[in-house]
Amino acid sequence: MAISETDTRGQAGLDAETLRALYRHMLRSRLLDERLWALNRQGRAPFWISGMGHEAVQVAFGMNLRPGYDWVAPYYRDLGLTLVLGMTPKDHLLSALARADDPNSGGRQMPAHYGCHRLNIITTGSPVGTQLLHAAGAALAARMRGEDSVAFTSMGEGGSSEGDFHEALNFAAIHKLAVVFVVENNGFAISVPWDKQMPTPDVADRAQAYGIPGVVVDGEDPMACFRVARDTIARARSGEGPVLVEAKVLRLTSHSSDDDQRRYRSAEVLEAEKLRDCLSRFRVTLEELGVLSAGDADEMRAELVLELDRATDEAEAAALPEPESALRHVLADGDGT
Amino acid sequence: MPTKTYLEAIRDGIREEMQRDERVMILGEDVGAKGGVFGVTDGLQKEFGEWRVLDSPLAESCIVGVAIGAALNGMRPIAEIQFQDFILPAVDQIVSEAAKFRYRSNNDWNVPMVVRAPFGGGVHGALYHSQSIEAIFCHIPGLRVVVPSTPYDAKGMIVAALRDPDPVMYFEHKRAYRAVKGEVPDGEYTVPLDRAAVVREGADIAVFTYGMMVHTVLNAAERLVPDGFECEVVDLRALRPLDHDAIVASARKCGKVLIVQEANLAVSVSSEVAAIIAQDCFEHLDAPVMRLGGPEIPAMPFSPPLEQFYLVTPDKVETSLRELAAY
Repeated sequence: MAISETDTRGQAGLDAETLRALYRHMLRSRLLDERLWALNRQGRAPFWISGMGHEAVQVAFGMNLRPGYDWVAPYYRDLGLTLVLGMTPKDHLLSALARADDPNSGGRQMPAHYGCHRLNIITTGSPVGTQLLHAAGAALAARMRGEDSVAFTSMGEGGSSEGDFHEALNFAAIHKLAVVFVVENNGFAISVPWDKQMPTPDVADRAQAYGIPGVVVDGEDPMACFRVARDTIARARSGEGPVLVEAKVLRLTSHSSDDDQRRYRSAEVLEAEKLRDCLSRFRVTLEELGVLSAGDADEMRAELVLELDRATDEAEAAALPEPESALRHVLADGDGT
Repeated sequence: MPTKTYLEAIRDGIREEMQRDERVMILGEDVGAKGGVFGVTDGLQKEFGEWRVLDSPLAESCIVGVAIGAALNGMRPIAEIQFQDFILPAVDQIVSEAAKFRYRSNNDWNVPMVVRAPFGGGVHGALYHSQSIEAIFCHIPGLRVVVPSTPYDAKGMIVAALRDPDPVMYFEHKRAYRAVKGEVPDGEYTVPLDRAAVVREGADIAVFTYGMMVHTVLNAAERLVPDGFECEVVDLRALRPLDHDAIVASARKCGKVLIVQEANLAVSVSSEVAAIIAQDCFEHLDAPVMRLGGPEIPAMPFSPPLEQFYLVTPDKVETSLRELAAY
């Protein structure tokens, strides 16, 4: 089970326990994601927007953050990230089924609009890119109090076209705030390909304009993602300022359950991308390394499916919100007139 | 009791609250060494340091978005927008984000933040330094919108705003900064963020107004006294939520109503006040509700005759009041 120091596959520095945890978190996110698609296609959940193909980078960063101490301003594909930080499959099933006990929003928002105060996961809305400034502001407050928390924030490459992208990187860089900006670049903003989104292939190049490091990482390589996450978070925590990470990832699904990417992407490309899927490749790698034995991954899957079945049952049995509760929580006193 | 300008009263309120509560901070353009383009934050950076009185980049969405993040992480920020005219790039952060945090998280998150901005014309500010676009925010559940008209209220309401757990839009009439003076107590007090004030009692015509127009209306109201008409002047102060009960009480008492504002009338604060009165005071009215405000042109022009044409003056208010009195 031990990993050779001289192994060339890039796992150096990550012990077997970390690698297994990385795989398990990725698998847990993928299984939940698949379940949410199934519920949608069965007509039981009105909407889903997926993180499939993004799991490696999300889990890598999640594992290197301190839940409830660090600040997290995620975007809608960050299912895997929220699970690592401590949210549960049941939490997100309650959200997808719009139940009253959904901890993200009490069934008020569409699914994948993440938020959990206990874990410092800042509530997210649908406008793209606005969350980057919230991360900068949280980091400013931490800096003023002399705390060493880190603010993580993420977006797609489409989000990097918003004005708030510039305003947030600019502000964080001026004050050397501990913000880790992560672009999960899957090459498509709904149907618009990256080359209609920006004139150069790497969002990370823009870091230079702010005098901060820009890092490109293969977002389908969990071990590379883990090292980048560990190093950039440590750098930010030590007071050296923000960093812009760009993970090149695959969008293995359509944009959302209301989209069909076969209208704008070729079948050949979609088939080819499946072969590059971080999850299946990582399993092979870990089995080759001896980190996972032949039965380990299947056993892990069976155990996670069990958790998921139970969570699905509980979420489906949970109550819908009372209609009049729509009037609550506009302002602190509950009266928004 | 000391007499202060409106501007000094705002600054006193901020300074005293910053002394009491180290979470209070200011973020905005030119708020530091310069003390703001109007001087509201003059001296505060020297007293509280560069972090708590922080010059921001020239980026309004950044000012408000960063203030939101700081508020989430335990601060009580004031986001200062240099002119209300320039608040529009921050509207996504104010309307889509701050106003919806509590609701969309089902009460898990809230944004204790104050957005300050000067508004209003009559200072040769032309189209982009004179606007009164507060109605945009009055439409938005999840926000409080307040406009003090006196130094006393300016201090008490900025302190109350800084203690409120939700986002408060605090709009200051820029012509009031130095033109309006009044008694302001030293030390701590607050003025509620959801109560109108009857600033002149009368039983003949109820006038609802806010901001600099309160002073314009008070001037005009005196001109009717020799003719035996006493106006009741209500300073709305809270534009969202409006003080429904105060509006209904004065409208019913007088039976005749004039609503005055500097902004153009369509879909404005005056529209909402008129709607409340139409719904809840119909049988008490002795005349149609009358409104007076700016014309339906994009904004206040620069040339003095054009600017004067736009502005609501005591003469215009007097004319409307006499028309109502004669009805």
